[in-house]
This record gives sequence, C-alpha cells and structure tokens, in this order.
Amino acid sequence: MIFGLQAYLSLAAILFCTGVYGVLVHRNAVGVLVSVELMANAVNLNLVAFSRHAEGVGGQVFALIAMALTVVEVVVALAIVVLLYRTTKDIALDGAREMKG
Amino acid sequence: MNAIAFIALAATQVFAGLGVVRAKNLVHSVFWLAAALIATAGLYLLLHAAFIAMVQLVLYTGGVITLMLFGVMLTQRESGTKVPNEAHREVPAALGASLLAGTMLTAIWSTPDLAEREAVANVATDSLLIGQGFLSEQLLAFELLSVLLLAAMIGAIVLARRTDP
Repeated sequence: MIFGLQAYLSLAAILFCTGVYGVLVHRNAVGVLVSVELMANAVNLNLVAFSRHAEGVGGQVFALIAMALTVVEVVVALAIVVLLYRTTKDIALDGAREMKG
Repeated sequence: MNAIAFIALAATQVFAGLGVVRAKNLVHSVFWLAAALIATAGLYLLLHAAFIAMVQLVLYTGGVITLMLFGVMLTQRESGTKVPNEAHREVPAALGASLLAGTMLTAIWSTPDLAEREAVANVATDSLLIGQGFLSEQLLAFELLSVLLLAAMIGAIVLARRTDP
C-alpha cells in the first residue's frame, strides 16, 4: 500500500498546523474555537491511523474518548463566549481583560 | 482504488481546512469545518474504522456544527448571516505554523519504525471490540467521562444562564 501510516500522519500534521495558524490569526472567539476544532480533529485522525497499524482497538476507543472530550470543551467554551458577549457586547478576544489580575 | 480515495479525501480536507482559517465570514468558516469533518469520516472508513466514521458523521459533525452555529447566532448584534471573522498578524502566524509543520513532517518521514509499519488485518466486528474495550480495560475512563459530561452540562448552564443568583 502506497499510502501507509506516514501519509495519514503527514495529513494530520498539515491539518493541525492549519488549525494552529487559525488560532493565531483570529480575533473572534468563535473563529478561534473553530480552529481548535480542526486541530482536535487532526489528533483524532492520528489516533485512528495508529490503531489501524497496531493490534487491538485501543486507538479507536481512545479516539472516541477524545471526541467526547472535544465536545465537552466546545460546550463550556461556547458558554464562556456567550457570557463574554453578555458582559462586553463583543466577542473579540482582545476585549476580554476582565479576569486580568 | 484506496490510493485515489485517499488523495481525494486528503485534498478535500486540506482545502476545507484552509477554508476554515481563511474565510472572511464566520458562518462560512463553520461550514468549511463541516466539510473537513465529513472528509475525516471518509478517511476513517478507509482505515477500516466504520464505527468511528459513523460516530464522526452523526454525533460529532452534527453536534459540533449545530453548537458552533448557535454560538455564532447568539453572539452578534445585527441579524443576518454576515459575521466578520477578521484576521491579524497573518505573516508571523503563517511562518510559525509552517515551521511547526516542517518539524513534524521531518520527524514523521525520518522515523524508520513508521515506514516499516504494516496495516493489521482488519477485524470485522470492531464495534463489538470497542464496546468490550470500553466496559473492561477502559472502564475507569468511561465512567470518568460520564462524570465529566455531567460536570460540563452543569457548568455550561451556570455560566450561560441569564439571571444572577
């Protein structure tokens, strides 16, 4: 098979770095969250690809747990974004200085 | 056949990923993310992980995209679907991200162990094995996950409720 483990890992690395770029450039909180989602997805792809090339389904179980964790993260982060919007009427991350000591 | 499918799905995914970070409109960005997640489900099918592919399509993509759209719609002043998603510091961010990508790709392609790995013969009933894994070896993680889901639900309600206590 031409496209083995390394091809999948490379694709996941490229997607992860696309997500890193998105996190760095966006000022909008939901824009940052969408990019974080892209990164989490790349990590899941890695887990499933490794699971294909190792005995057992441990990687797939791990990927399912990681998916649930990502959804939990999105829920809490969106709640924080809604709260931020209610207090500052804006979701630009530069304005979120309320918790600065 | 597999090679063609991989190239098509990988190209879709990279294109959609660039769409996620480059889209000027936040709603478009969320829909590009949906495209990327669906392409990942196709890659999971190629990796013989049919159960994960189904979960990815039905629960993950559906749930995350709905949540994101709710987040976008709840946090804007004017109605409509034009939500600006402006970028800043693009050049240093692109430099940093490509440096990181270069490092990772070098590491991936210079590790001999990865090249020698052969795909394991696929197991037909992998959902059965996943269920057994969750309820035997990974039972603690499974139970902790349910506690975490409850905690996140309560936390989200407490954070986002309208009235002060």
